Amino acid sequence: MTFLGNAFWNALTLVFGFDPEVYFVVWTSMLVAGSSTLIASLIGVPFGLVLAVTEFRGKSAILVVLNTLMALPTVVVGLFFYGLLSRQGPLGAAGILYTPTGIALGLTVLALPTVVNLVIAAIRHLDPRLFLTVKLLGATVAQQGWMILKEGRYAVLAAIVVAFGRVISEVGIAMMLGGNIRGFTRTMTTAIALETSKGEFALGLALGMVLLGVALLVNLLLFLLQKGRS
Amino acid sequence: MRKFFVAGAMLAVFLTVALAAHAQTHLRMSTTTSTEASGLLAVLLPPFEKANNVKVDVISVGTGKALKLGENGDVDVVFVHARPLEDAFVANGFGVNRRDVMYNDYVVVGPKSDPAGLKDAKTAVDAFKRLAEGKAPFISRADESGTHQKEKELWKAAEIKPSGPWYVEAGVGMGAVLQMAFNKQGYALADRGTFIAFEPKIDLVIVSQGDKALFNPYGIIAVNPKKHLHAQYDLAMKFIEYVTGPEGQGIIAGFKQGGKQLFFPDATK
Repeated sequence: MTFLGNAFWNALTLVFGFDPEVYFVVWTSMLVAGSSTLIASLIGVPFGLVLAVTEFRGKSAILVVLNTLMALPTVVVGLFFYGLLSRQGPLGAAGILYTPTGIALGLTVLALPTVVNLVIAAIRHLDPRLFLTVKLLGATVAQQGWMILKEGRYAVLAAIVVAFGRVISEVGIAMMLGGNIRGFTRTMTTAIALETSKGEFALGLALGMVLLGVALLVNLLLFLLQKGRS
Repeated sequence: MRKFFVAGAMLAVFLTVALAAHAQTHLRMSTTTSTEASGLLAVLLPPFEKANNVKVDVISVGTGKALKLGENGDVDVVFVHARPLEDAFVANGFGVNRRDVMYNDYVVVGPKSDPAGLKDAKTAVDAFKRLAEGKAPFISRADESGTHQKEKELWKAAEIKPSGPWYVEAGVGMGAVLQMAFNKQGYALADRGTFIAFEPKIDLVIVSQGDKALFNPYGIIAVNPKKHLHAQYDLAMKFIEYVTGPEGQGIIAGFKQGGKQLFFPDATK
């Protein structure tokens, strides 16, 4: 018990001692998770909206595929992009393997199905009379979409937060596409993996606490936003 | 809703700028886990980075994978320890200018009680023969690292094909293997540098050492720019000159953990 207790105590000192290395790692994590969630949202929200309000042949097939992709193993995404971004691969010349951009790219693909699926669910939960109303008001298609999104904004926001939660806690892609380079691509999760393998439990635990803290903050923000609605 | 949008757009601009801010020159080096985990690179790299205004990106994996990254052209320089593989790497045209950097040796570590009786073994091969009796688990790196290559060499010399419940193929780095050996109260082959760095954290002791077969030399190789046009050959050579020159060699000689020297410089001109 003293072993765990000591590690916990050292972790606390690291977190509240504002160790620069710890905070750089946190910053890198926020950067790659934030940018990938943003890009995935910019693509995924309109895509989910269109899928939710239109009917066409083959739609069920797309939905099944999207649901399957929710279970996409992160190492598979990592492996696929490693093949693409390696110097031997088709996009090798861009030189983004082992950079934060490389990680952000993989994480975007990971986040996309989550955003799309949850946006579809969010819009389906809206009052069906809304769709008819916006049509009868004579709004253009773009205006209709905007109004529907506006009506479901809190659920759409929740979808984005869930996607953020998935990418910030992810380790496979960050390791394979980032390479865990100290002071450059080391993220919270790859640092935890490394510190554990080195036997440095305190630093691993400290980062774990920060990771939880970030998740708590994001969810608290969402809660306050939702509360502000009523 | 518009506020969300404006905030989102501002965030997008900010993140793009932040991602693009890494425009400094980077030298990419793949290396074995022992150079990074022992803490050597943390003292060896900064003077070079400062003098040349460059950042050395270290990708720390097993020797097998480190060489593979060089073959694929994903790094500019490799710093590894498995002489036969290194020679093949150069012979196949992937690398040029291999230089000796330093050496240490491998040790067989195990629980204090030494259930397999390795302390009485005269040679490393004899020690491995005793391990194969299966009285305690042996944790293998099983990851094509330099240490794993050495282990396979020793099994071959002992004419043993290791298998059975006692032979644990872990597939992880040196540090993780030592942790596992400690938790399972088993044996492992380790480079002395990593073991010294871990000694305070685990309750294992050296049970076999000193045999010539356990010698562990490290080499550094530039990735062949003729094979990979984008490889930063000049910068890689600058780094190799630094590591094998008086400054780098001096830092290696002076690097200690727990009062013990981990690596012995042996670069020759």
